[in-house]
Amino acid sequence: MSKFRLSVAITAWLALLTGAFALDGAPGMHDPSTVIQADGKFYVYATGNGLPAFVSDDGWTWRRAGSVMQAVAGGRPGPDVIARGGNNSWAPDIIRSGDRYFLYYAAPGSQPKAAIGLLIGKTLDPTSPDYKWEDGGPIVWSDGVEDSNAIDPGVLRDPTNGSLWLTYGSYFGYIRLVELDPKTGKRLHPERKPVNIAINSEASVMIFHEGWYYLLVTHGSCCAGGNSSYNIRMGRSKKVTGPFLDNMGIDMIQGGGKLFAGSSGRHIGVGHFGLLDLGDGVQKFSCHYESDLDRGGVSVLDIRPLLWRDGWPVAGDNFVAGTYEIQSARTGTALEMAVQGVPVGGGRGRGGRGGPGAPGGRGEPGSAPPPPPATPIAAQDVAQVSANWPSGSVDVRMAPYMVQAQQKWTITPVSDAGGYPGSPFFKITIAGTERALAATPESELVVLPAFSGAPEQLWRIDQLTDGTYRLMPKGVPNSTEPLALSAVGSSSPTLAKFRADSDRQRWLIVTP
Amino acid sequence: MIGRMKTGRNAFLPVLAAVAILSGAVLFGARQEPAAARGPAPSLVHAGSAPKAPDAAGFLQRWLILEPIRVAPQLTDTAVQAVVKKEYFPNQFTVMPHDGDRVSVGDESLTWHAVDTIAYNVNLFHFAYALNKPTSNVLFWAVTSVESPRDIPNVRLAIGSNAASIWWLNGQEVIGIYNDRQTVIDDGVSKRLTLKKGPNVIRAAIVNAGGATDFCARFLDGDDNPVKGIVVKLDANGRGAQAQENR
Repeated sequence: MSKFRLSVAITAWLALLTGAFALDGAPGMHDPSTVIQADGKFYVYATGNGLPAFVSDDGWTWRRAGSVMQAVAGGRPGPDVIARGGNNSWAPDIIRSGDRYFLYYAAPGSQPKAAIGLLIGKTLDPTSPDYKWEDGGPIVWSDGVEDSNAIDPGVLRDPTNGSLWLTYGSYFGYIRLVELDPKTGKRLHPERKPVNIAINSEASVMIFHEGWYYLLVTHGSCCAGGNSSYNIRMGRSKKVTGPFLDNMGIDMIQGGGKLFAGSSGRHIGVGHFGLLDLGDGVQKFSCHYESDLDRGGVSVLDIRPLLWRDGWPVAGDNFVAGTYEIQSARTGTALEMAVQGVPVGGGRGRGGRGGPGAPGGRGEPGSAPPPPPATPIAAQDVAQVSANWPSGSVDVRMAPYMVQAQQKWTITPVSDAGGYPGSPFFKITIAGTERALAATPESELVVLPAFSGAPEQLWRIDQLTDGTYRLMPKGVPNSTEPLALSAVGSSSPTLAKFRADSDRQRWLIVTP
Repeated sequence: MIGRMKTGRNAFLPVLAAVAILSGAVLFGARQEPAAARGPAPSLVHAGSAPKAPDAAGFLQRWLILEPIRVAPQLTDTAVQAVVKKEYFPNQFTVMPHDGDRVSVGDESLTWHAVDTIAYNVNLFHFAYALNKPTSNVLFWAVTSVESPRDIPNVRLAIGSNAASIWWLNGQEVIGIYNDRQTVIDDGVSKRLTLKKGPNVIRAAIVNAGGATDFCARFLDGDDNPVKGIVVKLDANGRGAQAQENR
């Protein structure tokens, strides 16, 4: 199966990509590169005329930033690249090496004749006087006959030794691996034959995690909207050169591959994995959906949490609005507004072992057990129990979760308030009320009577690699450093600097 | 010397206590005239005179504790607040008692005892049982004084209690934990505070409904580690240095 991409068609659907997106702004794109951070901004590049560039201040709201080829002499791939491949520019990937950026892109001709070209730049900021991309020539290519289609580059810096590696290829032949020179971005050993590491796939890229090299590729068909079967598969190896085996021990060079992410919800066809490591145990991945049903079926970028389980990466989902219990991973106690709780269904004795007892008591052994309740007990009515709550600001604490109204939080995205990679900011309110969780100038917590949209009431919710969540206010009065919701004790939440080596700032957000 | 109804200041036998401590025995009950056939409190000894540093984990191990006050067995937020805020004896929110001081609560005469715990926690059941006092449906008052060599900002008082409890530092209410609960280290933690140079008075009211009852307390620094360099300092008569309290 081979990709079939027509630049004219791509340009046409890119033009249609307007309106509301899961990622805000203009995230319409196909074959996104790894999302890279530079000078406080996020950048991503994609397939299309001249390699469309996109920039975001926060990782949530994206805007077009022209095209890469606008900053290349001649406005198109260099002559040697065109000669080895063709005058197209697809599916780039990017990495920083030293004080320069290496941008690799596919320049196919009549596939499988294609080349991977290199562009070298000092800055990603199109407004910088230093902004330009220099042609680094073709790095690898396929002649149209050999078992290779030299498209879809993916770059890895091996954290164990700083070496640089390029994978590339598509369904015609093999996914191949060559080593790059970190100083030049070009092949370190051009005389050596590339290593074949996978087959039946494209959009390959490697990542490294705790002693393993992971090869992530995309299987299935692309570029057919809702009929695209793109899905991301993976294998792993102790050596960068493979073999890469899936969870069943099948070599990816024989078509193996454990599923990482497939179609789900309103998104059809997931491809082009890219790692976005935000540090402190927060990892995300970028991808594109072939068809976002909420956007008329166009292709869009997404950024989602990356989790790890049993030695394999797991595709997490961005936080979904709803009503939840917020439970401390450190203590198992639940965040609550500090008001006296009312037992759901009223106080009752233990029953069974003894008599009915006084409400709230255990009953006396030997007395008759109470009859079973005739009807289910309704959920606690917040309007009823809140009549006794203070009307002003209320403290926040933690307590054993008992399904009570002051323990249920409605988490709702806030529009036009910005966000962070993958998500907008949220407000966190006591369910059924407007009482909003907020940071105080003393870096403590309070529940305010109403939500105002102030930064201390906007919450960033990142899912960490272990599946727990980190909650951080957008801003804390009197504090310049980012702080996270922290369980300083079983009953006491506060705000503190995030520590990845502790459960203090890890929370479970579970359906109540 | 719990178990002995005293008529004035504490009349512990210091020599006997010292011998018992040196011998490894847990002595808090060498009685002169036992009121009942109760053994000594196994985890408590009479407070020593030298300043006492917290243990390695930062727990404060020297306290003045008033014999229990009988109260209703209600542990909800409002019930505990009401029970604790009721005035039982003069200056109950400000007094820095001596070991052996007595107060009248209703028809009862209750005594303050200066104790050292050999554990991280103060076992109030041991305390009351050894004195032949009730352990259920009771309110305990506990006070101590922590001497700080300098102002230490951004510390937290971190406590655990069985059951509900309310805590003050230098007269400011800083912790309230409610309902039937067991003593868990760092269960209730105050907001960020400043330990002032000199004496700092910690006052606690612990309400127990039934069964075991105890508490523990320490100060944590900004990294949640035990605060170092402080000592509990009671005077020769078991009185803590009086800090400036707001109440």
